[in-house]
Amino acid sequence: MNKKNKIKIVVNGKVLTVNLKFSLKNLIEKLKTPINKIAIELNEEIVDKKKLNRIFLKNKDRIEIVHFIGGG
Amino acid sequence: MKLDVLKIANKNFKSRLIVGTGKYKSMLECSKAIKNSGAEIVTVAVRRVNITDSSKPLLMDYIDPKKIMYLPNTAGCFTSKDALRTLRLAREIGGWKIVKLEVLGDKKNLFPDMIETLNSTEVLTKEGFKVMVYCNDDPLMCKRLENAGASAIMPLAAPIGSGLGIQNITNIKILRKQTKVPLIIDAGIGQASDAVQAMELGCDAVLINTAIAKAKNPLQMAESMKYAVISGRKSFLSGRITPNLEGSASTTKKGII
Repeated sequence: MNKKNKIKIVVNGKVLTVNLKFSLKNLIEKLKTPINKIAIELNEEIVDKKKLNRIFLKNKDRIEIVHFIGGG
Repeated sequence: MKLDVLKIANKNFKSRLIVGTGKYKSMLECSKAIKNSGAEIVTVAVRRVNITDSSKPLLMDYIDPKKIMYLPNTAGCFTSKDALRTLRLAREIGGWKIVKLEVLGDKKNLFPDMIETLNSTEVLTKEGFKVMVYCNDDPLMCKRLENAGASAIMPLAAPIGSGLGIQNITNIKILRKQTKVPLIIDAGIGQASDAVQAMELGCDAVLINTAIAKAKNPLQMAESMKYAVISGRKSFLSGRITPNLEGSASTTKKGII
């Protein structure tokens, strides 16, 4: 495996190694999270969910994917 | 008779009980309790998705946001920055504009940080949010929140999850008098009589989580709170009699033998 073709990203605090030219859409598909039930932040900026396939991840990108859980 | 509706940010609700969705044993229990409570609004929190296990059930699978309004909150936020970030994300999940702001200042008693809360209310209101604000029962700060554009003033009865009931009745009475937007008791309710009292003081609604979720029988307590809120509201609207230290016989003396 050629390391040059890989990047490291941090998703919800966990380090993931993915291929170059990996888009946010690829990531959401990989994680199998239902897109209509989540919100995504890329480096602390909210991402427009309609543009996920056009956003390619870079090394050290920090992604937060959140949803609703029970709370008071 | 005129229909008695609760109006928050131009939305009408029949139920005056808002319930939290935290602390339940399971999502199934939570959804059943909500049904029994008759609530039309539930508070929800924003948290990270579990990226290692996508098979875990989601809240939305149990509580349909099309049928019950989700009220995203900022539970666990201690700064204005965190609260703003959380609510912007909540809005992004599905267009939620009505939100519950809660900026805590003390880890032990969970009292709100009112300065951060006021600042956040101003920012969120400018961004188009309809902000329901968890706050202290201080009339001056509550007035400021209202002036800043809060859509509902939500003073605590007692610390979150404490179940102590309304500690400062005088302040709640003062708040009732001065507050033009919905006044909702948030936090500290322990039993049905506390909810009745809140409604009898003229509050527009009550928000309950722990008192239901942590009751020995949450489903029954949910039902109890439903009736408590209805009962208290009707009592308030009916206009109570003037308390009197002397007795007044219920039966006429006429025809006495």
